[in-house]
Amino acid sequence: MSASSARRTWQRFSSGERLARFTVFLLMAAALAFSMRTVQVIPEFLLDSPTQVMDLLRRMWPPDYRYYPQGIHTALMETLHIASLGTLLAIVMALPVGVMGANNIVRIPALNWLSKLILVSSRSVNTLVWALLFVAIFGPGPLAGTICIGFRSVGFVGKLFAEALEETDPGSIEALTAAGAPWPSIFIKGFWPQVAPAFWGISLFRWDINVRESAVIGLVGAGGIGMVLDTALNLFYWDRVSIILVSIFTVVILAELLVTAIRKRIL
Amino acid sequence: MSEKAIDRRRPFAVNWWIRLGWLLALIYALYASYQLDVSWSRFVVGLGNGADFLGEMVPMDFSRWRLLVENLIETVQIAIIASAFGVALSLPVGLLAARNLMPAWVTWPARTCIALCRSFHPVIFAILFVKAVGFGPLAGILTLIFASIGFIGKLFAEAIEEISLKPLEALRAAGAPFMSVIVYAVLPQVLNRFIGFSSYQLDANLRNSTMVGIVGAGGIGGTLFAAFQRFDYDFLAAILVSIIALVMLSEYISQRVKRVFQ
Repeated sequence: MSASSARRTWQRFSSGERLARFTVFLLMAAALAFSMRTVQVIPEFLLDSPTQVMDLLRRMWPPDYRYYPQGIHTALMETLHIASLGTLLAIVMALPVGVMGANNIVRIPALNWLSKLILVSSRSVNTLVWALLFVAIFGPGPLAGTICIGFRSVGFVGKLFAEALEETDPGSIEALTAAGAPWPSIFIKGFWPQVAPAFWGISLFRWDINVRESAVIGLVGAGGIGMVLDTALNLFYWDRVSIILVSIFTVVILAELLVTAIRKRIL
Repeated sequence: MSEKAIDRRRPFAVNWWIRLGWLLALIYALYASYQLDVSWSRFVVGLGNGADFLGEMVPMDFSRWRLLVENLIETVQIAIIASAFGVALSLPVGLLAARNLMPAWVTWPARTCIALCRSFHPVIFAILFVKAVGFGPLAGILTLIFASIGFIGKLFAEAIEEISLKPLEALRAAGAPFMSVIVYAVLPQVLNRFIGFSSYQLDANLRNSTMVGIVGAGGIGGTLFAAFQRFDYDFLAAILVSIIALVMLSEYISQRVKRVFQ
């Protein structure tokens, strides 16, 4: 008896688990192989690419620094305003939707589902597609961009806010309820102090993402530096394109450093 | 704490700093709206346009379903290929960027590479790649490979920096070569999180591959943009609904796959 147990081989996973893992890997490999075989790549274009890249770099260098005060600076400020105002709009919209989605505050499943639906549809449509929609509705310009950033960010901020609300400790809320506090007081004094750091952290993080996104929504006409970039691209002013890219890069890095610094202080 | 007198009459004191913060936010919102020429009247005009827009979308036009399906398949192909290569490349990049394993002269180039990949939106990469390798899905694939390296590389490097160093020390003390240290001490601690990041990135790539077509990098984005420019709003509605369905399907599948690997 002891001899047979000594010879027993030990395995981490049951055979069912191994079969499931193997199937997943096999399906992934099959999907990759199928995609690689059928995707339409034109080999001539690929062979030509080193020449094209060299040409691109030669046209981009040196960057046209004099263009910065003329056209870039105002557009860059507009981009930052779009990102900030869009984030504020998202915060205002995410508060009610997030509260509606938290199943420990609103105990009506239908409303929870409605909130989930709003949040999921906000997240599954890409920012550029939102921008196209709002440009069609409000016409080209920063108004469309701001509303696009707001609608896109609601899904992100609202989902994480609802999750933070669901994880709150019920103790202080029970105490407030037992003392007969009205609903607004329970929310402001019971829930809000527990979720406020998470909420501000999420909003700051989203602002950082929005700075990146608002730099490109101008490509479809929604205002900001993207519109300047689009013009430069269409006119083949590659030296302007390079200075625009450098300024976007600088702003994005600065925004990230700022957010990291603030997060360290408030969290 | 005990020296701080508790105000018994008003236990919930007003925090004037927070009120000031909200006031500043409000003033900023008004200032920025003025700067951006955002006004209520334009908003109201837009609402009318929006109603027309929705009205034109309503009978969705699925008659060109063949084109739609072809484009969706191309979108999925771009996402799969880009995720496979992006994940494979971000594994070494993430390892090189981990400051607790590598010397500073190795981590700096790797971290710069990750920062560059992260700070530009995929659309900007897509524009440059369309110029470099021409129109078509290849530009989209290259774009999303770079986006994946930026995202997974950063999170993977952070995950490695948080691991316990004791197994590494044990292996090094036993004289194991560098590759064995990586394979037997580092990877087992981070592989689960790496799989999590990768499946998230597959979803993200699928979302983004619906968009890179707007600048000509393949996938359904090109058709979407064309439908917009031709005011073909009923076909547009069909495209949007199928994109949302595709994204939800992929989220469902990746949840099932994650359960297999838990």
